[in-house]
Amino acid sequence: MSTQVSVKSRLSSTVASLKPSGIRRFFDLAASMEGVISLGVGEPDFVTPWRMREASISSLERGYTAYTSNAGMLELRVEIAKYLEERFSVSYHPDKEILVTVGASEAIDIALRAILDPGDEVLVVEPCYVSYEPVIRLAGGVPVFLKTKMENQFKLTPEELEKHITARTKAIIFCYPNNPTGSTMSAEEWQALLPILQKNDLLVISDEIYGELTYGRMHDSIAALPGMKERTILISGFSKAFAMTGWRLGYVCAEPELLAGMLKIHQYTMLCAPTMAQMAALEALRHGRSDMERMVESYRQRRNYVVDGFRHIGLDCHEPEGAFYAFPSIAPTGLSAADFAEKLLMEEKVAVVPGDVFGESGHGHIRCSYATSMEQLKKALDRMEHFVSRLS
Amino acid sequence: MKGAKKLSGTANDRLSNRNRVKESDRLLGRFYIEKENGVVGMDRQKQMELLRLLEEDSRQDAEQLGKMLAEPKEEIEKAIAALEDEKIIVKYPALINWERMDDHPYVNAMIDVKVTPKRDVGFDEVAERICRFPEVKAVYLMSGASYDLSVVLEGKTMREVASFVSQKLATLDSVISTATHFILKRYKHDGIELEDRDEDRRMVVTP
Ligand SMILES: Cc1ncc(COP(=O)(O)O)c(C=O)c1O
Repeated sequence: MSTQVSVKSRLSSTVASLKPSGIRRFFDLAASMEGVISLGVGEPDFVTPWRMREASISSLERGYTAYTSNAGMLELRVEIAKYLEERFSVSYHPDKEILVTVGASEAIDIALRAILDPGDEVLVVEPCYVSYEPVIRLAGGVPVFLKTKMENQFKLTPEELEKHITARTKAIIFCYPNNPTGSTMSAEEWQALLPILQKNDLLVISDEIYGELTYGRMHDSIAALPGMKERTILISGFSKAFAMTGWRLGYVCAEPELLAGMLKIHQYTMLCAPTMAQMAALEALRHGRSDMERMVESYRQRRNYVVDGFRHIGLDCHEPEGAFYAFPSIAPTGLSAADFAEKLLMEEKVAVVPGDVFGESGHGHIRCSYATSMEQLKKALDRMEHFVSRLS
Repeated sequence: MKGAKKLSGTANDRLSNRNRVKESDRLLGRFYIEKENGVVGMDRQKQMELLRLLEEDSRQDAEQLGKMLAEPKEEIEKAIAALEDEKIIVKYPALINWERMDDHPYVNAMIDVKVTPKRDVGFDEVAERICRFPEVKAVYLMSGASYDLSVVLEGKTMREVASFVSQKLATLDSVISTATHFILKRYKHDGIELEDRDEDRRMVVTP
């Protein structure tokens, strides 16, 4: 006798209740069409510079195929420490305060799991990267969303921060330079938030994966501000700055107790990050600066070009100071972001991502990645101009 | 050793002097362009950026370049004109992979040329002389080699190249010896791979 068990009932209630990512649906739609110009790609259009590829190949030839220590190769952690100190004026001890992870993605996961008890609230500054909410839920936490607005260049304000803090608030997570808005926060803007963070004893999870991709001024890490290192979990990685998305390599930095907690999870669930990727990362930090600078220069040029283009078409767009996304408002067209994106894809074959996929603050906006060739950007802008002019 | 000696020759001194003057110009921020009111028109960094963009694709127009560099179109035009005047931008050629043209039977060769430098003019006189021949595609003064000039030649056949070397090059007064190496295939030229294998393999939409 066989009893029917529905597939769903075998899943945990947490997993069963997770919504599928809004990006997924759009991907399926765009992937099924021919001749699509995509401004929907959240990764560099550069192939990893040869220097890093070669270093990894050479490490394989020399037989570096075994596990590394759980925290990652010490040489790499030493280079990460030097790099963070030099670029962002934050100092972490390579041995006790840095852990090499499988992408920033793993770092986000273990940071949240290490600190959350069931029911703990985590403030999530949105619009934001799509993984924060589900990962908080998987860790038993409760996401509480903080909104940002275009008139504030999508920066987090002290008022919005203070409004949502409760007795259960344990931490806040955000990403600046931001995916999807391209916004950044300056040291002064961070400063205004510090008293509230300190008074309420919040932990800060700062996703700085786009930290190298700023245009005009250097990225300010919140961990560099006085008294903030102790309460900050700094997350970054190689995916964006060094065009290494497929290598799956990131890192997390925090004071020793927090780091030891994350290391516990990492050692049991991941053991260590891939060795050949660590070898490439070592090369990136030792000799990849000029490759990275060329890429940043090229993003800046394309940013200038597309922001001008959107404004010309009549789509209001704040000046994104970092990452490789523009986040124009499509409100004047009267369409919802999802309708706009879907029609644009169907009628003009340009893929963009509806802003509300990244949270409610993204309503009325679309995320356009300019990490694509000038030729494609030009064509995309032309097609979008046709599209928008037909709407009005 | 020999190379080091060569670099301190008179002709090279003249050359590096000229470069030094340019370098001090740059340090003073006088990078060839000044506005009417004496303010620097476009800073050095931006000019370098403009040059890199043109080097990558010289067909980009001033309007697009202006948008990319956040400068008015007119500033870009002025900057380009000045860079042309200064002979920093020399020409706007296309990089052509002639090997893909089946009916273009050209052969290329690199010739190692050993010469006697002359008092006061060093290697310049003979090098400039070699440059004049239209068959000659490139001429470089080399250090650290057992020869002095590296000459790139183009001809319709190997015989044509060989006879140019023996009749025109080897017979020049200061030329002591030559060695000819034929180029079998070009893989990369001026920093550009002729068959690029790095395609865009990303998925259409990612978070
Ligand atoms: C804000 C943000 N954080 C983290 C990640 C994931 O990075 P990684 O490739 O290092 O896992 C991304 C990737 O798109 C991102 O945009």
